Amino acid sequence: MAEKIILTLREIDKSFPGVRALDRAQMTLREGEIHALMGENGAGKSTLIKCLTGVYECDCGEIRMDGTEGTLCIHSTQEAQKKGIVTVYQEVNLCLNLSVAENLFIGREPKTKLGFVDWKAMNRMSEKIMGEHRFNIDVTKMLGDYSLAIQQMVAIARVVDIEAKVLILDEPTSSLDDKEVETLFELMRQLKAKGVSIVFVTHFLDQVYAITDRITVLRNGAFVGEYKTTELPRVKLVAAMLGKDFDDLAAIKPEGESIVGEKVIVKAEGLSHSGTIKPFDFTIHNSEIVGITGLLGSGRSEMVRCIYGADRSQTGKMVFKGKKVKFKAPIDAIKAGMGYLPDDRKADGCINGLSVRENIILALQARRGLSMLPRDKQEILVDQFIELLNIKTASRETPINQLSGGNQQKVILARWLCTKPDFLILDEPTRGIDIGTKTEFQKLMLKLASEGMSVVFISSEIEEMLRTCSRMCVMRDGEKVSEISGQMTQESVMNAIAGGGSNAKTT
Amino acid sequence: MRKLLEKITKTKLFLPFFCLLLVLLINLFKSPSFFRVSVSNGVLYGRIIDILNRGSEIAILAVGQTLAVAVSCGTDISVGSVMSLSACFTCMLLAGFGVHSTTVLQMPMLIGIVAGILMGGLCGAFNGVLVSKLKIQPMIATLILFVAGPAIGLLLCNNQMVYIRYDQYKYLGNFLNIGDWKCPIPTPILVTVLVVAVIAIILRKTSLGLYVQSVGINRRASRLLGINSDKIVFICYVIAGLCAGVAGVVASSRIYSADPNNIGLHFELDSILAVTLGGNSLSGGKFSLTGSIIGAYTIQAINTTLLAMGVSTDQAPVIKAVIVITIVAIQAPVFKQWWAGMKNRRQAEAKELS
Repeated sequence: MAEKIILTLREIDKSFPGVRALDRAQMTLREGEIHALMGENGAGKSTLIKCLTGVYECDCGEIRMDGTEGTLCIHSTQEAQKKGIVTVYQEVNLCLNLSVAENLFIGREPKTKLGFVDWKAMNRMSEKIMGEHRFNIDVTKMLGDYSLAIQQMVAIARVVDIEAKVLILDEPTSSLDDKEVETLFELMRQLKAKGVSIVFVTHFLDQVYAITDRITVLRNGAFVGEYKTTELPRVKLVAAMLGKDFDDLAAIKPEGESIVGEKVIVKAEGLSHSGTIKPFDFTIHNSEIVGITGLLGSGRSEMVRCIYGADRSQTGKMVFKGKKVKFKAPIDAIKAGMGYLPDDRKADGCINGLSVRENIILALQARRGLSMLPRDKQEILVDQFIELLNIKTASRETPINQLSGGNQQKVILARWLCTKPDFLILDEPTRGIDIGTKTEFQKLMLKLASEGMSVVFISSEIEEMLRTCSRMCVMRDGEKVSEISGQMTQESVMNAIAGGGSNAKTT
Repeated sequence: MRKLLEKITKTKLFLPFFCLLLVLLINLFKSPSFFRVSVSNGVLYGRIIDILNRGSEIAILAVGQTLAVAVSCGTDISVGSVMSLSACFTCMLLAGFGVHSTTVLQMPMLIGIVAGILMGGLCGAFNGVLVSKLKIQPMIATLILFVAGPAIGLLLCNNQMVYIRYDQYKYLGNFLNIGDWKCPIPTPILVTVLVVAVIAIILRKTSLGLYVQSVGINRRASRLLGINSDKIVFICYVIAGLCAGVAGVVASSRIYSADPNNIGLHFELDSILAVTLGGNSLSGGKFSLTGSIIGAYTIQAINTTLLAMGVSTDQAPVIKAVIVITIVAIQAPVFKQWWAGMKNRRQAEAKELS
């Protein structure tokens, strides 16, 4: 392993109104290594990266890069790119209304002799690039037509194609399934062999141990330590991130059979939405947590969207709390007593620019219609949930976009909890949030269920669902293929997803 | 004291207000009598009164425009044309079709006026359906009435100016006369106060304001959390239409006639400008009604100033453009950042020195 230091960050400070995001953070990057940047939500990982890539300017501190004299002063992402620092962010930052090829070459389109864009060459080159990463897709189609996973791969392919010395991957795997993660890792290994240094931000411990050489841990904006991956046991890593010894994960193992209520809350028969999901049946009782599993794009989200009325069901019928219902729009479902936390937080969840308070009360307010919920009641309610869910925010009037990802997710969850739903759908609530908050979410789910709520839980992490769910629906290619319950193991669930389910009973 | 000043300068409305003040101060400098308000003939006179009076239509339009911009991230460019159409509709109803000039009304005046305002609402509803249901870009959707409005007005008026030579019809655009008592304040000012008050109360006391912002920021998320986004967009366009209707009737009453080609001409631009000058973003979302109203009067103050300074009407737009560019530039985020950077550097230097 080359020990040549390529990039150093020292004493980086950055403050936002009311929050000190970085407090003398530091990091050292060596040539040709994969370096994990770890920390809880709000620990300052994203902020540190944004300082490095010129999205923010740090208040003070120095950035030194091998091959350049003195400290670097990076004012814009273009400048960072010129220096060879490129980033793929947590959420896909590409133009959905442009084609894949256009996205790959935006800003550096191949030109014909006359100075026009050479579309043919561009498409050909794009196909080659995507082919190298084993993604044989139609590069002339709009990016928005592809799944989130493919969008992410395009984003990575795009920056990789630019000459990069330092590649920063900010939670690139949070929307990828296992196979895609492996493809990404393969790509990372290739780059590493070429001498590219990679900063890898993720919440998945498995992935950290699978691919990285070194780990830097941040906590509350401050530097905790730098470790060699092989020399740091998992428990120690988690302890470093949380700043305390960690036994929480063990604490929420399934306590035997969870008690499932007698009352049927939702009974759906033959619901479907053309083009996204084939007819399915679904039943859930009170106090029950049902998981929906399957590969990305297998119709997990589409199924719950259909139940919730976000996509109108064209066939079938549904009985909710003993009453026959037909939801035309989400508001009908909310009025009946449902809640839905969507998977795409940025596009479907947050109302950026509105305050934490407004974001929390919106759903409750929408159910009331035009008569305004009195301000004092709003404040009591909001304070209660900020405390209950331990939301880290400067105040209740802070715009939601100033919060870290996990805290934004908690705000959205609070939005639904304050409507006191009987039936709550959580679509990937733990994506892109840290392990401490994940445990909090899981505990909360179990608590809610014990209080009588029915919960549908969708997650890409099977382990997480095994811990909480008493039953799982398995989806494949837009169809509900089976339901498994009883003794579930990671293996049996995987088998069911893959389609060779030996102990899966088909419904 | 310093902290208070800092707090004031940090508020969102400071800059729009500062710009208005600047325009007024320049006036004061040029003609010391600028702020003088006198009473003659039982009514108030003065430059300030004039600005408030003449700025009424822009202010009323700006109220509706603010909502349309906030909810749909686009602009309603039909408001000027709808003004004209409403005015023509009212005058046609009052005078009867094809009548060029009348001293006798065909129907009670109030019904004619209300019908004219409702005509504005109808136009707004048309725009609203196009924008909310058919999801047409706001500017394109409202382009239809922008073009067709005055033409329909001409049809209603049988291709001619229609004069309502009936004293009470002039009240709305001039001064109220009830028996012997003459209201000293020009009626358009009162109408503006009424419109602003009604809309402000609706926004404050109901959750409409919150919904408008939510839908404007993220329409998809708003639908998922139970807001009927289409309905909110529709309502905002209807309000914009109603506001245009009111402004149209007021403008018509000023000249006690319907002039399809000149009433409301270029007012859509002024209303959009008012929204911008008020510090509102044209990309929708959060909005400030107060800001838009300040913006509206800033525009009128500039207009009146130029007129008072004897700038010929041909050249006035050039000077107006220069002033507007300056104001917009001052409020641009880039400029604000630059300013903040300057301040920080100066503070740092001061620290080093001490």
